[in-house]
Amino acid sequence: MNAMLNSSADSFDHGAESTARPTGLLRFITAGSVDDGKSTLIGRLLHDTGNVAADQLASIRATSQKRGLAAIDWSLLTDGLIAEREQGITIDVAYRYFATARRKFIIGDAPGHEQYTRNMVTAASGADLAILLVDARKGVVTQTRRHAYLAHLLGIRELVLAVNKMDLVDWQPTVYQAIVDDFNTFVGRLGRHHVQAIPLSALNGTNVATRAEAIPWYSGPCLLEHLQSSPARRDAADAPLRLPVQRVVRVMLGNGADGETATEFRGYQGMLASGRLRLGDEVAVMPNGQRARVARLSVAERDLAEAGADRSVVVALDREIDISRGDMLCDPQQLPRIAKSLTADICWLSEQPLDMRRKYLIKHATRSVNALFEELSYRVDVNSLAQQAAPDTAQMNDIVRARLKLHQPVLADAYGSNRTTGSFIVIDPVSLHTVAAGVIVE
Amino acid sequence: MNVSTCERLDPAAADHLDLLEAEALFILREVAAECRHPVLLFSGGKDSAVLLHLAYKAFYPERIGCALLHIDTGHNYAEVIAYRDRMAERYGCRLHVRSVEDSIRKGSVRLRHALESRNAHQAVTLMEAIAEFGFDACFGGARRDEEKARAKERIVSVRDEFGQWEPKNQRPELWSLYNTRVALGDHLRVFPISNWTELDVWQYIQREDIELPELYFAHPRQVVRRGDILVPVTHLTPANPGDTVETVSCRFRTVGDISCTAPVASTASNVADIIAETAQCLLTERGATRLDDRASEAAMEQRKKEGYF
Repeated sequence: MNAMLNSSADSFDHGAESTARPTGLLRFITAGSVDDGKSTLIGRLLHDTGNVAADQLASIRATSQKRGLAAIDWSLLTDGLIAEREQGITIDVAYRYFATARRKFIIGDAPGHEQYTRNMVTAASGADLAILLVDARKGVVTQTRRHAYLAHLLGIRELVLAVNKMDLVDWQPTVYQAIVDDFNTFVGRLGRHHVQAIPLSALNGTNVATRAEAIPWYSGPCLLEHLQSSPARRDAADAPLRLPVQRVVRVMLGNGADGETATEFRGYQGMLASGRLRLGDEVAVMPNGQRARVARLSVAERDLAEAGADRSVVVALDREIDISRGDMLCDPQQLPRIAKSLTADICWLSEQPLDMRRKYLIKHATRSVNALFEELSYRVDVNSLAQQAAPDTAQMNDIVRARLKLHQPVLADAYGSNRTTGSFIVIDPVSLHTVAAGVIVE
Repeated sequence: MNVSTCERLDPAAADHLDLLEAEALFILREVAAECRHPVLLFSGGKDSAVLLHLAYKAFYPERIGCALLHIDTGHNYAEVIAYRDRMAERYGCRLHVRSVEDSIRKGSVRLRHALESRNAHQAVTLMEAIAEFGFDACFGGARRDEEKARAKERIVSVRDEFGQWEPKNQRPELWSLYNTRVALGDHLRVFPISNWTELDVWQYIQREDIELPELYFAHPRQVVRRGDILVPVTHLTPANPGDTVETVSCRFRTVGDISCTAPVASTASNVADIIAETAQCLLTERGATRLDDRASEAAMEQRKKEGYF
């Protein structure tokens, strides 16, 4: 009927990536304001795909009735902790699982409360896609923009704008379109994304797991259809090879997994962060830059001709090179930067603020190094996206642009081009807590 | 589109098992590389069987780089104990067994009555073993889909010297950057198969041809019906006077302490049948089979806070 309403404005085209068959695993997060219906949406998705067991359903139905509710309170399904049930809020990221015939899904269920920005960042770090929920009666609110920004910061390019409670605005297409336009205008300022907008009612299950035929002006996919076909991050295999070495394995006579061995073996274990690795490929061993060819590639006793991103493998090279944990096998044509200083966006996670005088520990890929915060250039107001000049510290939930000095180099890429080699965590060497997350700008 | 309860992920058409496996190998290797003295908790159940197999793959071509630890409640099926010993030998692992019975003798565990479930008391014996050997990381086969409180626990979870889990004070876990640092006296619980579901576990058992205790497969067993639960008739859980003892074809979905693990009626006698049954099952693993988790909605969370695994 109205073509404009059927597809959202794409600022990022799926292009070649969408032609790849979606992998069997998609990780996504759901974000929204407190009463936008996030728990209801997750409950619906789990229930309508047959992933809520009868005993779970009976238990939450009984509790809902005990509380005098007319309908099932789906948040009971996801809010598992005593304090959460007492206070009726979600205090931490929970992970939920469901599967359809086509895919397995891992939901990072991040709390909607403002003080838990850090939890949103935590959940988003592992996600391929973000569902941003808005209440059709309220439209795009500060929290929507905040979450879109955080998803953007964490490199999630697949966004779903779930316009919920459409039944409460009588499924008016104009209401929906105004929200979609509003959102696209905002997201367009952030950068390249693919946005799929879907009008739905989580409570009634309309356009969640089944498409609503009764809404003639919308012919796009229902939420589940979109989740089944949306590309996962790893579907894009065009990034250069990065294989951080986790462990060096040496098999001498007698200590092999299969008992007595006739030959000695020296190899490197790790997970491919990106790219592909084939037998015979030349790799550069970073940071020393020496070259070697892949002589053997395997997962346990199974030899492979090639392996792609996110596979944990064992690699043997054709030459003796001094390699240890923390080194990286890389594409010789596209090397990472040997970085002794980093400019990064930091999300401070700890209640104890950043102390510029102290030394912190950075864990980047499989390497941990000491670091000092040299300078904070600005703090981002996640509500207005305004940059506030030169803060002298970072408080919990702050996002700051920082320059760090490292005592030993890490093998870094910009986060925009590689999520594994572009990210790090900051550990307080005294409390041993993870106090910050960093995405490398350069 | 139509989504029905039995329409589940087809393992042949998807690579999700590869991705879950790769993640588990990565976690096992990270902890092995960064911790001083890790151990793998091995009970002989299906999840720890999968974990042990994953450890074999993670270290290969080296042997598994840590010992196995079993906390024996003294209430295990003999078949599971035999299986445990056989697996330790097959994978070339040292096996440490510490028993709740010893803790009772020492006085660190006191039972309310002789036949009380010893499941919760395992935590005491586990903590004693961790202190005795100086383990700084324990790999465990827990999955987040088992229970709501588990869904909230990190893959790498810090426990203090009392073994306590503090749900409100967990380290945030970002990307695949696991913070494995612990203070002296604290230790880590590491759950490499956190992101697996019961169905994933069975599909992986099938794909990798992992041996399991026969209890997992349908067999005739004497049981007494208590509500919707089949209570096995054993020396620890005898029939009460007036009980009707029936012989039922059943299998165990979880294998733990005899006194608190119940089988489900089933004729699934091989892994393929169990996968088909699991895909269509309407009850959670624990809801159907664990007597101890039914005590209250927060039973698991409470026990975890007290150092339970």
